[in-house]
Amino acid sequence: MRFQLSGDQRALRDGVREVLARRFGPRELRAAADRPPALDRALWRALGDAGFFALRLPESEGGVGLGLPEAVLAFEEAGRVLLPGPLIATHLAAGRVPGAATGEAVVTAVDGGRVEWLTEADVVEGGGGRGVAGSGAVALRSVDPLTPLHRLPAAPAVSAGPEAVPDPVAVLLTAAEQLGGATRACELAVQHARTREQFGQPIGGFQAVKHLCAELLVRVEVARAAVYGAAVTADPADIATARLLADEAAVRGARDCLQVYGGMGFTWEAEVHLVLKRAWCAPDVPGAARRVRSCWRASCCPERVAGASACTDGRRPGGVSMIVASTDHTA
Amino acid sequence: MDLADSAEEAGFRARLREWLGKALPTLPPRPSPADWPGRRAYDLGWQRMLYDAGYGHVHWDAPPGVRLVFLEETEKAGAPYVGANFVGLLHAGPTVAAEGTQAQRARWLPPILRGEEVWCQGFSEPGAGSDLAALRTRAWRDGDHYVVTGSKIWTSHAEVADWCELLVRTDPEAPRHHGITWLALPMDTPGITVRPLRTLAGSTEFAEVFLDEVRVPADHRVGEENDGWRVTMVTLSFERGTAFAGEVVACRRVLGELAQEARHNGRWDDPALRRRLGRLNAEFRALWRLAQWNVSAAEASGGVPGLAGSVFKLRYAQARQDLYDTAADVLGDAALDLDRPWVLDRLTSLSYTIAAGTSQIQRNIVGERILGLPKGR
Ligand SMILES: Cc1cc2nc3c(=O)[nH]c(=O)nc-3n(C[C@H](O)[C@H](O)[C@H](O)COP(=O)(O)OP(=O)(O)OC[C@H]3O[C@@H](n4cnc5c(N)ncnc54)[C@H](O)[C@@H]3O)c2cc1C
Repeated sequence: MRFQLSGDQRALRDGVREVLARRFGPRELRAAADRPPALDRALWRALGDAGFFALRLPESEGGVGLGLPEAVLAFEEAGRVLLPGPLIATHLAAGRVPGAATGEAVVTAVDGGRVEWLTEADVVEGGGGRGVAGSGAVALRSVDPLTPLHRLPAAPAVSAGPEAVPDPVAVLLTAAEQLGGATRACELAVQHARTREQFGQPIGGFQAVKHLCAELLVRVEVARAAVYGAAVTADPADIATARLLADEAAVRGARDCLQVYGGMGFTWEAEVHLVLKRAWCAPDVPGAARRVRSCWRASCCPERVAGASACTDGRRPGGVSMIVASTDHTA
Repeated sequence: MDLADSAEEAGFRARLREWLGKALPTLPPRPSPADWPGRRAYDLGWQRMLYDAGYGHVHWDAPPGVRLVFLEETEKAGAPYVGANFVGLLHAGPTVAAEGTQAQRARWLPPILRGEEVWCQGFSEPGAGSDLAALRTRAWRDGDHYVVTGSKIWTSHAEVADWCELLVRTDPEAPRHHGITWLALPMDTPGITVRPLRTLAGSTEFAEVFLDEVRVPADHRVGEENDGWRVTMVTLSFERGTAFAGEVVACRRVLGELAQEARHNGRWDDPALRRRLGRLNAEFRALWRLAQWNVSAAEASGGVPGLAGSVFKLRYAQARQDLYDTAADVLGDAALDLDRPWVLDRLTSLSYTIAAGTSQIQRNIVGERILGLPKGR
């Protein structure tokens, strides 16, 4: 066992971080939040050139030929800078949808009853026969200024077909983005706690604040171990675990960060609210409770069920994201 | 990133599994928590079996990855826990190994490994708990002895210990951290009084230890005089680091049993309960990954468990208490019956946010030493 980043993985992460810092730093983030949502096509193509979308595509098909762990590291970095756009859908479409791999095409995907970046996308995947693009999708006033959303007319019923089962890779990459968001929240909180002074000292010297920061880090580190572990094993229960803990780390982390920021945290100007809103917008965050609950269908059926069908406790058939638990206790 | 066993780990795992399969059925029945002589004999006997089979030293000189395999496999097989060997194997022993002289290592280490001697830890005092450096038990030099007077508290296993790793103040004038010395105290020395303390679980896990002009040979000092704080800190991270990793495996087993029980008694129909169980399962899966991550990090840095142990301990302590509170939900009224499984465990879980550094102290450590936040008052 060598459960640490390899030299190559570290280099890849640093490379992605460097590109993103150059192209989408805090200044660009604020500017983007201040104008109507529009995808930066030049940035999208730059990501394509950097191999972001083709990361897992085999080299024989013109891809980079790397695996899930590398993809997770890249998406974590994207989440950390709150990079906007349907990144995961486009990444998953690479090799299938022309132009996706290179960043020339923007691909979005239907997620249950909603779809993000609909008007900006060149291709919309999923949604079964509902003919998304043309028919009756209604624009929402999205809570996140950097995630435009449309609601679809007929959300899939309880007995959705197999097409509604979330792709495990999409679930894992979402977890990676959430991990990145959680990391950002932690970094912002700690930075602020070190520099903001009240009562003649940095507020991070007050235990009430210090302990909030400590718990932020604990949630990040636990989620990180879960996300990286799931990237290595690709095991459904590991992926569900990763998603659950990364969602929590991001949402709770952003809220605690907001608290540490005080009144500044309640402003549009400070980026904290963007971290929180992005975390809320991750596919099916409201379904988290359902996800946990239903996992036990799978885990505790005496005849251990690893598939989708036996764990339907909610809108979506079990799918991998539902299986947080399994009866085997191997790790 | 790789979670697969190395060749060394895989070979070790296979050998250990096979041995456990043969060895565990030969164990005598577990003594009751109140039977201290029985517990001592049982825990030492288990260590002796490990020693004879070549596993006695795993905690010390095996690579961290192999040690994690050991914790995982023994726990899965339902083997006994370190028990009364805890301080010897996981604290005093490693301290002596790291800081002791050749003669001291030869005297103290083999009996720990062979399961012949029990150690206890005499650090905390009535006035020095979280603030350990406030300790006041005094030691004066008298020829080739130290003469020790003072009192210790919360000393686990003191009733059955042969040795005590003792922190004493040798220079009251020096800055607090620079006047402390580490001594190995034979527990049969005249002047020692052990008064067992009853825990909220009813048994006597720990004791008060009163020291009245107790003479300790000067060659029982490990490290230099007044250097005891550093000597201690070298190994304190062991206690907070991977020591609990094996328990995560046990918690996952308990969780499976809880689900079975809930299906049995009908509480499974409560969606809120199912949600708590699912949440906990994710929690322990992730904690196991974190243990693997920390162990790999320790391996990469030459075997030293780092501050990451505090992160792990914080979350694990909370998760363990949640686990047994959830068990109480599963049990319903039976959770008030001490003869039911998990009820005693629920009581002992209450110590996890206190012993080996309280959760508040761990948060201070994480905030100040990992995140670099200022020390405050
Ligand atoms: C089951 C068990 C076994 C033990 N075994 C041993 C043993 O074998 N040998 C040994 O030497 N000791 C042992 N201990 C003692 C243990 O290390 C101490 O109990 C622990 O360090 C806390 O000290 P205290 O009990 O004096 O509590 P205190 O330090 O008085 O703490 C009381 C409360 O104040 C909080 N607090 C204190 N200081 C701060 C601060 N700076 N910031 C924020 N909050 C603070 C604490 O978190 C806690 O909530 C054991 C304890 C238990 C429960």
